[in-house]
Amino acid sequence: MIKKIIYHSVFFSFLTHKKVFGAESGGMPQLDPEFWVSQIFWLTITFGILYVVLSKLILPKISSNLESRKSQISDNIEAADKQRKESDAKLKEYEEIITKSKIEAKNIFNQAREKVLKDINAKRDVLDKQIDEEIVKAENEINKLRKDAPIKINKIAIETASELTQKLIGAEVNNSSISAIVDDLSKRNGDKYYGN
Amino acid sequence: MAANPMTQFEVYRIGPEIKIGAFDISFTNASLFMVVSSLAILIIFNLGSKKNSLLPNKLQLLAELSYTFITKMISDTAGSKAKPYFAFIFSLFMFVLFCNMFGMIPYSFTVTSHIIVTFILAAFIFIGVTIIGFIKHGFGYLRLFVPSGVPAVLLPLIVVIEIISYLSRPVSLSVRLFANMMAGHTMMKVFGGFVISLGIVGGWLPLSFSVALTGLEILVAFLQAYVFAILTCIYLNDALNLHH
Repeated sequence: MIKKIIYHSVFFSFLTHKKVFGAESGGMPQLDPEFWVSQIFWLTITFGILYVVLSKLILPKISSNLESRKSQISDNIEAADKQRKESDAKLKEYEEIITKSKIEAKNIFNQAREKVLKDINAKRDVLDKQIDEEIVKAENEINKLRKDAPIKINKIAIETASELTQKLIGAEVNNSSISAIVDDLSKRNGDKYYGN
Repeated sequence: MAANPMTQFEVYRIGPEIKIGAFDISFTNASLFMVVSSLAILIIFNLGSKKNSLLPNKLQLLAELSYTFITKMISDTAGSKAKPYFAFIFSLFMFVLFCNMFGMIPYSFTVTSHIIVTFILAAFIFIGVTIIGFIKHGFGYLRLFVPSGVPAVLLPLIVVIEIISYLSRPVSLSVRLFANMMAGHTMMKVFGGFVISLGIVGGWLPLSFSVALTGLEILVAFLQAYVFAILTCIYLNDALNLHH
């Protein structure tokens, strides 16, 4: 009995549905079941093929493309980093070399200057010594000359005086007496001429 | 007849009638646009993945951006466990998107404006997600219907509501897409009809509406494809990571 009612209700509902579809066939074509099976069939086919081709062929390729690009970029970044570090090290090395050579150059310059100064000093010392010696020699000579000068002058004065007196008076005068007079004069006036 | 805004949704046979048993599986305009959409997707993504250059060209960029977009969407909503279903969600999103977009071309046919198409997709997702849930959690999957932290008095009511909401998922999923596409296209057709009937004098207002609606519909076409895909992800998330 219940079964019968259920069957009836299903049957009637189906009939009324048919009527509804019939009434709306001019309204909503979506509710017309004529091509439902066809749409399901073609949807399954097209979507199935789309899914299979995308998942098996295309998406793995895109994924690997993305991966390879990622790894390539990270590789490049790594390489760039490495090279930068290397260049930094090189730069440091270069700077070290520069400072080292600067210090070396300074040392060499200082050494050279010291050597030159030493040379100059030594030469100047030698020259000073020589000059001193020369001066001493000259002074000695001058002193000697100065010491000898009064004697020579006295002698000249004696001779001149004796000759003068001979010419003037015509008489021979004793040289010894003249020399005594000259000595006496020179002693008196020596201070005036020689300063000692 | 052309003024009837529903004519654009009519399905008609292209070529001969094909029958398997009692079932009519003839090639129709709907089938044609399914094939066209699928082919367009395959061609674009095949060209976009053919060459692997460090600086991608436009197609490659498009393919890779779509790939990362969907990957991010899945990982954001369903977590890392949903990775095996990436290809399915990708094809689903692309199929719905391309069907919607091809529907925007005048005189074309919108596959997704038919409830049967969207319902089959939604039902497939619903059944698939339910099977995945039972495989992953066994009968523990039924805990989905028992939210934690609910007073024992309210529990029977809550469970009933949860079951109803779970069972209505395929309906809401399919009707959302179908109704959006149908309503949009009907409205555009109606405004287009107004342009003709009001003529050169008064037709400018509905024409400007039509232009604005076209922009809106393109937005809706993308948005609905996105919503369809993201809801699939959310259902998948329920099945993979039982939160309740």
